[in-house]
Amino acid sequence: MRVRFEGEEIEVEAGQTVAGVLLSKGIRSWRTTRGADRPRGLFCGIGVCFDCLVRVNGVPDVRACQRVVADGDDIRTQTGVELPS
Amino acid sequence: MVRIDAADVVVIGAGIIGAACAEALSAAGLRVLVLDRGAPAGGTTAGGEGNVLVSDKAPGPELDLAVASRRRWPELLESLRGELGDELVQVEWEPKGGLVVATDEDAVGPLRILAEAQREAGVEAVDTTAEAARAMEPHLAEDVHAAVHYPEDAQLQPVLATTALLAAVRARGGEVRGGTEVHGLVLDAAGTVGGVRLGDGTVSCGAVVNACGPWAGHFSVTVGAPIEVLPRRGAVLVTAPLPPVVVRRKVYAADYAAAVATPHVDLQVSAVVESTATGAVLIGSSRQRVGFDESLEVEVLRRLARSAIRLFPVLAGVPVMRTYGGFRPYTPDHLPVIGEDPRFPGLWHASGHEGAGIGLAPATGRLVADLMCGRQPEVDPFRFRVDRPEVIAEVRT
Repeated sequence: MRVRFEGEEIEVEAGQTVAGVLLSKGIRSWRTTRGADRPRGLFCGIGVCFDCLVRVNGVPDVRACQRVVADGDDIRTQTGVELPS
Repeated sequence: MVRIDAADVVVIGAGIIGAACAEALSAAGLRVLVLDRGAPAGGTTAGGEGNVLVSDKAPGPELDLAVASRRRWPELLESLRGELGDELVQVEWEPKGGLVVATDEDAVGPLRILAEAQREAGVEAVDTTAEAARAMEPHLAEDVHAAVHYPEDAQLQPVLATTALLAAVRARGGEVRGGTEVHGLVLDAAGTVGGVRLGDGTVSCGAVVNACGPWAGHFSVTVGAPIEVLPRRGAVLVTAPLPPVVVRRKVYAADYAAAVATPHVDLQVSAVVESTATGAVLIGSSRQRVGFDESLEVEVLRRLARSAIRLFPVLAGVPVMRTYGGFRPYTPDHLPVIGEDPRFPGLWHASGHEGAGIGLAPATGRLVADLMCGRQPEVDPFRFRVDRPEVIAEVRT
């Protein structure tokens, strides 16, 4: 299975979460905060804190720790807050 | 910290109403002890949205109190900043205005009639076309029929506001004590209040204020002076943070006032949508009379979500982070109970503000202080009196 992160292809295994995939590639941050533009990545890891938000297939505010990857997913970093288009 | 064993006034309940009463009483020079069986600002005050509204009230005593309170909030915050410094008085005060929206044709007439009556009562209420409303709130649904803009509506963070009021009480020599339940009143032979009984002794005082919110009815029964205050449950959805342009004002559906006014026990849902300083959007409002049952009901959450999407379709694609809820203190005639209990001189009640306690708090505190100190009150207290037939619940004891 393959997904893309910021356009770059990554080999993944079925059942991995987006956060799992990114961490396994050494990527620790994939979002910036709304006010101070600070880096954010995995924090609680159980879907509660909404810190690890990421854009998947154009949909913002996806929790990277909860989203299990699907073949061909287009994963993008998120800047501050984004509205669904 | 100073531990007070005698006070001029003991306020029971450290929510926004108890805190506002304690603030006003301590400003009048009285030594105040605030007690709460839990943590300060941990009950109804923490379960709401921080509404400071004049838009949702028809002309009458509650609107008079709301107008006085709306005027008072910014003055009070300003004077507290002077007294305590900016750090302790950051309450996310936002005079953002309200927009009440008619989502169907039938709602337009009653909305305009209410606005006209409110204008006559001195409220700023601007009749607004659907187009103008959408210019103010670009994400508003395209098929709304009309709106009324209320520039005076405002919002604050109720837990922070309560904390600031209680900080003032402490700074003036009072004390705030959490985790302390009051088991009864100390009465003299004539039935006059002389203190409160705690688990570990008594505190003597000249007056007691029952500011227990939705538990004010329970407390009043405990001390043998029953008043009719009942819990009315509500739930709120919290979205993930959104850009500040999505929801700019307090936006709610025109059927909100009717949902508040209904005496029905079963579920009432009417959309109330607003953003907060963190960017999260709060979605209310639901009303149920289910006692103090806290169990989560998915159907309530579903209906809240649907009603909010009706106003702001963009919310359909936005995740809900969490939900919370609480109990409003409800009285059968939808008016707060503010004043001295004629059955027990020295026992005062300040409760029954339903969903409007945050907005009504400063004027309520001032009214209690004015009446207790024998000053001329700004708002006529008669309709809030304890011994009105809807509230004195002696039939139920």
